[in-house]
Amino acid sequence: MKRMSNTRKIVSVAVVFLIYFLAWFAEARLGTNSMLITVLKKGAVYALIAASMNLLNGFTGLFSLGQAGFMLVGAYVYAVFTIPLKRHAAVYQYYNGGIIQFELPMLVALLLAGIVAALLAALVGLPVLRLKSDYLAIATLGFAEIIRAIVQWDTLGPITNGSNLLKTYPTFKDAKIFGSTVLFPFLVSGVCIVVILLLINSTYGRAFKAIRDDEIAAEAMGVNLFRTKELAFVISCFFAGIGGALLAMFQGTVQANSFKSSMTYDILLMVVIGGMGSISGSVVASFLYIACSEWWLRFLDNELVIGTFHVPLLRSGFRMVVFSAVIMVVVLFFRKGLMGDKELWNLQLNRERRLRR
Amino acid sequence: MKKILAILLTVALLIPTFALADNVVKIGVFEPSSGDNGAGGKQEVLGVEYANTLKPTVTIGGTEYTVQLVNVDNQSDSSKAVTAAQELVSSGVSLVLGSYGSGASMAGGDVFAEAGVPAIGLSCTNPSVTTLCDYYWRICFLDPFQGAVMANFANSLGAKKAYVLTMLGEDYGNGLGHYFTQAFEGLGGEVISETFPEGTSDFTAYINNAVNAGVEAIFAPCATTYASLIIDQAASMNVTFPLLAGDTWESSVILEAAAGKKVDVYVSTFFDENDTSGPASAFVSGFKAWLNENADKKTNNGGNDIVAAVSALGFDGYNVALAALEAAGSIDPADIAAALPGVVYEDAVTGSIAFDEIGDAKKDMAYVKKANNDTVAFDFVKTQSVAGLE
Amino acid sequence: MFNQLLPYLLAGVSVGGQYALIAVGYTMVYGILRLINFAHGDVFTAAGFFMVYLMASMPLGVAAPLVILLTVALGFTLERVAYKPLRQAPRMSVMISAIGASYLLQNLMWYVTGGLAKQYPVLPLLSDSVQIGAASTKVVTLVTPVLTVLLVVALQLLIKHTKIGMAMRAVSVDFETSQLMGIKINSVISTTFIIGSALAAVGSMLYFTNYSTVTPTVGAMPGLKAFVAAVFGGIGSIPGAVIGAFIIGICENLIKAAGYTAFSDAFTFALLILVLLFRPTGLFGEKTAEKV
Repeated sequence: MKRMSNTRKIVSVAVVFLIYFLAWFAEARLGTNSMLITVLKKGAVYALIAASMNLLNGFTGLFSLGQAGFMLVGAYVYAVFTIPLKRHAAVYQYYNGGIIQFELPMLVALLLAGIVAALLAALVGLPVLRLKSDYLAIATLGFAEIIRAIVQWDTLGPITNGSNLLKTYPTFKDAKIFGSTVLFPFLVSGVCIVVILLLINSTYGRAFKAIRDDEIAAEAMGVNLFRTKELAFVISCFFAGIGGALLAMFQGTVQANSFKSSMTYDILLMVVIGGMGSISGSVVASFLYIACSEWWLRFLDNELVIGTFHVPLLRSGFRMVVFSAVIMVVVLFFRKGLMGDKELWNLQLNRERRLRR
Repeated sequence: MKKILAILLTVALLIPTFALADNVVKIGVFEPSSGDNGAGGKQEVLGVEYANTLKPTVTIGGTEYTVQLVNVDNQSDSSKAVTAAQELVSSGVSLVLGSYGSGASMAGGDVFAEAGVPAIGLSCTNPSVTTLCDYYWRICFLDPFQGAVMANFANSLGAKKAYVLTMLGEDYGNGLGHYFTQAFEGLGGEVISETFPEGTSDFTAYINNAVNAGVEAIFAPCATTYASLIIDQAASMNVTFPLLAGDTWESSVILEAAAGKKVDVYVSTFFDENDTSGPASAFVSGFKAWLNENADKKTNNGGNDIVAAVSALGFDGYNVALAALEAAGSIDPADIAAALPGVVYEDAVTGSIAFDEIGDAKKDMAYVKKANNDTVAFDFVKTQSVAGLE
Repeated sequence: MFNQLLPYLLAGVSVGGQYALIAVGYTMVYGILRLINFAHGDVFTAAGFFMVYLMASMPLGVAAPLVILLTVALGFTLERVAYKPLRQAPRMSVMISAIGASYLLQNLMWYVTGGLAKQYPVLPLLSDSVQIGAASTKVVTLVTPVLTVLLVVALQLLIKHTKIGMAMRAVSVDFETSQLMGIKINSVISTTFIIGSALAAVGSMLYFTNYSTVTPTVGAMPGLKAFVAAVFGGIGSIPGAVIGAFIIGICENLIKAAGYTAFSDAFTFALLILVLLFRPTGLFGEKTAEKV
């Protein structure tokens, strides 16, 4: 990426602030429970997760399908350590209140969620990252399933509550900024995504891209293949962990059962729609994806009668059919996604240069 | 192109949710119509819809309101349930009924509590639904009671050793299994517990484990999708001991699976279809007639007119909701939440409903039924009350 | 001791046979296209639904061949629509397309069936109970491994001794060169999908006779495990896939017998990772040199 000019930096920061202000304003006007605010919050969470997956799949060329597993770890670490002590007896109703008898502040737990996910990734990465392309994909998918089975294991119940869901931990409504629940996920996601962007434009980021483009050439250029891959994997999983914790905050309850491979596929599709190799593409695609699947296309699920005309096809499940058909069209015919490997600000930059010329 | 897209998006994001029409009160129906619990959820919705056809309007504070049911599918999934619940809240419902499946109820509960919209659980039996949520009430009995009922029943069949099989990662089954184990061990019995991963089709290994351990009963509270496989495979392995389960197994799916096979299946449930006294008989005959008139509804009921207990609970839940609206004298969720603790509904087909301080109905009666392998219907075995357990 | 283990082994062999019929589809496609056909498990599920709906209106004698035909048509269409346009694209794109196709098929089945479990029709003879020693099981349990082995031997003959078989082998060794030699790549690939789908259809009949509930996502797990079996046996190798499937089926049931029921699925994946690490080409796979 070209170095940004100062004006461009200022404009970017101003645009981000404007978006944050608009989000805050929308919540103040429409109320916390409107669908728009829900979609914005969930979209912000998924934006971070999609960006973290893009870092791995789009920038480093490592096709990993383990994202849901690391999100699960993040979500559980966050939930387990922030459930208020006085609620333990009720939450861990089958495990005598559990064995973790302390609680951490929200932000500490959020950070811990990322760290634990990253540590686990470092361990998992040692064997798995020696594998190539689709073998890597299937091995990471397998690891995610193993993590899920372990978390649900009854013997670990005093920590993870086994098969039962965790709740009563602090959520976005306990993290209000200026009286708004939407700013917290926006801020955390925003900061994390900026960090990811800075990383991509650093020496490390260039090493990542070198590996993606040609492993052998990269190695010849002096890039330590394994260490660089491991670094990308750990960092990606760190942010997936934080994303998982944010998802737990968004949902208010968390259960290992919902972190299935289909969740990873959802995120992968967001990355593809946004464009492999474009962080801003991932962010935009996440908001679009969540808004379409949770909100705009909902009407397809309800039977509709106009006058005496019964609109055909519309019934429960149709939304997902239309949605997945659209995804297939994108995958087959718009392989570059919304943004290809460009970033939003680069688009403008190009035009500017053209004008100058 | 990108700019136009961006503008379109912004516009679309700002489309406001449509305003309420005058004199309409919205009741949210928060049920799964797909996923593992889809079959049960649909039956529960049928009860609500039938009740709605009998009483389409309600008088609140002297004004007559038309009741509009807002259905949303929570897909039997605790993560999908959150946005489904959010959608109900944002569509402006005054209160919510459901869900079949405690996991979805607990996940949705948080959203309802945050929005201050009261919810009435119809058949979710896990204690945490109400204890951890101030906005959830419930009209059925709880798992500690149900588990104790089935443990006592197993004991009365002469079982000293039981095998508890639940699905890994599902709260309903694990909770109920836990209470069953507690009660059964309290009676001097021995329990072996195992779990199966989601998506399991082959239960022969589990049934073998049970046979090899020499158990005298299997208690397997799980979704009906798995239940039919368990029954089928147990029958083909010629097991001699009975299969027991909680309320989810009271379904025509179980009857079909057990039909014509040599296997004993017992379930505990909320309601007896063949009860001829009180409001129940009128409900049963009316509901059957309604099912037979509407082909769609009959399909949703599993293609027959057997009255499921959850339909009866759906029926009662709707009426309790109307009673709450009348008591509140307003369609404001806050007023309804304030009025709910005092609501008493005597004419319930599943037995009179009044709430305790946690928000649970004071229910002390469960019905044990046995799947008849020849007539493909549930035979009434006995009633069990709390007093009888002590 | 043996009497106690016998039922587990029986179940293991039966499950293994079913995995084998799915695994062959995976391994053939991978051998030729280097593609994990994620949608294969869904094709298998679709075959189950075809049977449910067809048996409602016609006798088994008509329904069974029709099911195979429809499944083959589905497999063929899948390849033409989702994979053929991406012939020149990077492997990751094709795999994403496979995931997308699987997603679409699942949602479509969800929509058509209303997301509810359907009861599979009872096939005569196969569903009956039979006594073996101390164990009692369904006839299909015994039929499955035998039928599997027969079908695979037939397939092996086809590959070794027919023209199309030779073409398949050529394509799997070198895609481009075989094209230059005048082999019609597209028809070879289509044939692969047709054979794979037909076997999946037969597999689904055996599978659902044993486990009579069909749901839109029921094929996902057997699909994944069949893939693991294919990798275990050495991807691309048909006998390898079959042996891998039997090993996985039996191990899974022994794990359950040992009491680690919660980990029966996790075990399969752990096995996969171990195999990939220590013998990346599987039991029977050929060593291939990394091409620059």
